[in-house]
Amino acid sequence: MPDGAQAVLDVRGLETVFCTRGAEIHAVNKVSFHLKPGELLGVVGESGSGKSVTMMSLIGLLPSPPAEVRSGEVLLGGKDILKLSPTELRHVRGARVGFVFQDPMTSLNPVFTVGDQIMEPLRSHMRMSKAEARRRAAELLTLVGIPDADKRLKNYPHQFSGGMRQRVMIAMALACDPEVLIADEPTTALDVTIQAQIIELVKELRQKLGMAIVWITHDLGVVAGIADRVMVMYGGQVVEQAPVKELFGNPRHPYTRALLKAVPALSGERAGRLQVIEGQPPMLGSAPTSCPFRSRCTHAFDRCGKENPARRALDDKPLDHGHDVACHWNPEPADA
Amino acid sequence: MLTFVIRRLLLAIPTLLLISLVIFLLVDLAPGSPMSEIPRTVPPEVRERMMQAMGANEPVVVRYLLWLRQFFLVEPAYVIDSLMGTNLAGGAQRVLSWQSRMPVFDIIAQRLPQTLTVIGSAYLVGVLIALPIGIYSAYRQYSWFDQLGTFVTMVGSSVPTFFTGVLLIIVFSVNLGWFPSIYDTTLEVTDWASFKMQIMQMALPVTMLALHNATEISRYMRSSMLENLGQDYVRTARAKGMSERVVVLKHVLRNSLIPVVTVIALGIPTIFGGAIIAEQVFKVNGLGTALIGAINASDLPTVQTLTFIFAVLIVFFNLVADILYGILDPRIRYD
Ligand SMILES: Nc1ncnc2c1ncn2[C@@H]1O[C@H](COP(=O)(O)OP(=O)(O)O)[C@@H](O)[C@H]1O
Ligand code: SF4
Ligand SMILES: [Mg+2]
Repeated sequence: MPDGAQAVLDVRGLETVFCTRGAEIHAVNKVSFHLKPGELLGVVGESGSGKSVTMMSLIGLLPSPPAEVRSGEVLLGGKDILKLSPTELRHVRGARVGFVFQDPMTSLNPVFTVGDQIMEPLRSHMRMSKAEARRRAAELLTLVGIPDADKRLKNYPHQFSGGMRQRVMIAMALACDPEVLIADEPTTALDVTIQAQIIELVKELRQKLGMAIVWITHDLGVVAGIADRVMVMYGGQVVEQAPVKELFGNPRHPYTRALLKAVPALSGERAGRLQVIEGQPPMLGSAPTSCPFRSRCTHAFDRCGKENPARRALDDKPLDHGHDVACHWNPEPADA
Repeated sequence: MLTFVIRRLLLAIPTLLLISLVIFLLVDLAPGSPMSEIPRTVPPEVRERMMQAMGANEPVVVRYLLWLRQFFLVEPAYVIDSLMGTNLAGGAQRVLSWQSRMPVFDIIAQRLPQTLTVIGSAYLVGVLIALPIGIYSAYRQYSWFDQLGTFVTMVGSSVPTFFTGVLLIIVFSVNLGWFPSIYDTTLEVTDWASFKMQIMQMALPVTMLALHNATEISRYMRSSMLENLGQDYVRTARAKGMSERVVVLKHVLRNSLIPVVTVIALGIPTIFGGAIIAEQVFKVNGLGTALIGAINASDLPTVQTLTFIFAVLIVFFNLVADILYGILDPRIRYD
């Protein structure tokens, strides 16, 4: 991936807060990341670290209230989509940014046929006629590996297995040929063999269609197999970011290291559940003034309680383009 | 689906037979004699002869079997005869009212239009106002509109209909004089003026019942919408870039309507229950009034027949509700 390539998606300083009954939850705290054309960015972190909220904030998918995107820019093809009107933003969702969710069993509408649901974005964003949309929907089903597409279009979601439904979801997300596909734990709800098939499918589609992908997971094994770069999130912040080989070979954040201990092989073999890291995820009641990982960190020292570490580059590349970490601690060469 | 319907219909036969027997026995056990309305001056032997003529002093089993025959064989035969000009019935004895000596089905045919115009349109109006209110309250949960709706429904469902009815009469009829308080059954709609009269006299009873029905159905609609608004497929629809109108009025509504349509279908027979009170309050000469009159006069055949028809309607609309459920929800397969 050439460093100079213009990013398709460039997120800067995104901050999302939930306001519920007087209390605030700072779910996303100054998150920045970018995505180059055709790149696959893995986003890793334990449950509640703000992965989903970050991605849903990007395209206005969070209900407001309670959610409020306080600050930040989301540049899609160079234009800030947070400044768009609701209708304009709506035509970005599903057209230029596709979304695949975790649970394929509940993510499709049970009372409409699969064909109907795939045709919806085609009709709405691309103004296709019914016949055109149906032809395209059949093409998409074939593309995601569902045989007998013309017949299957007339089926309802309950007539598909979980893996097949996730293929339908992918077909739907890809319908309008988006620049960016966001897959939020797309294989978490599936069993292992099906999971591997879906991962294979996405690899293949990526090669054919060339869209950039954000792949959210809490399974580092999956990331090792498909990602170009990895971004680790904790407590609503990016704590480490690096190309995939660099991250696995030279992890710098104590949290990343703890996560990696749970992954015995880096070959992409599924490594089982993440090792449980001692302690509780942080409360996000206010913007952090200290390191959110402090209470669970084995390397914590006084500075960690006084100052929330900013991301800093570990090489001579600009921030977010090489290897960076948000931690005050510098490992001894022997530790690394 | 067809086999399901046939199986359910066959199953309904023993159910309804049992219900008819229970109704027959219960009504028969009720105190009172058909002679109680006859002046005391009528000598006992005349009374005896009158009872005999009506078949009222036959044992209950005989009367039940006779009624079964009349209800299931003779009456349908008369219907076919009058439609096709045949002579299947051959002058056989129909179910007769003890009170008026008229065939009960003629009484029903006479009274049904009144009941349907008033009570039926009240139900329709109730449903038509309940659905949008329920949808909007759910979409804007906790808004002032929703709060108001919750308050009104709470009041509406805790205040009995006869109270609302009397209140409406006092306010709009007695004090304001806008609408008549008594429903004139003899009014015939022939021109614009009489049509206006008809609307005016329907206003209060329809309002009373529609309010009652609307409170209940709007609550169902609201909670069903709320349940569906939180579903994952709604987020998917939004992520696809569907407009709020499509998300709410297509995706969410179509799912939310499934249980509500069932409730609406199940509620149709209860219209006739509501008729009893509404017709009393507004003096509508419909089926409800006929039933009350028959009960007062110990007119057993009329009471039994009307009650049984009521039971048939309940069984029938249960089946309708099930069929609708199967049509609306593709996951349901009846086979
Ligand atoms: N609707 C909501 N209301 C309040 N808080 C929420 C809501 N959705 C998510 N959060 C909070 O945001 C944080 C991040 O959640 P999420 O992005 O779903 O985590 P994950 O990394 O598992 O995807 C969580 O701590 C959660 O408490
Ligand atoms: S900043 Fe301090 S507490 Fe936070 S991860 Fe680094 S060493 Fe641990
Ligand atoms: Mg999540």
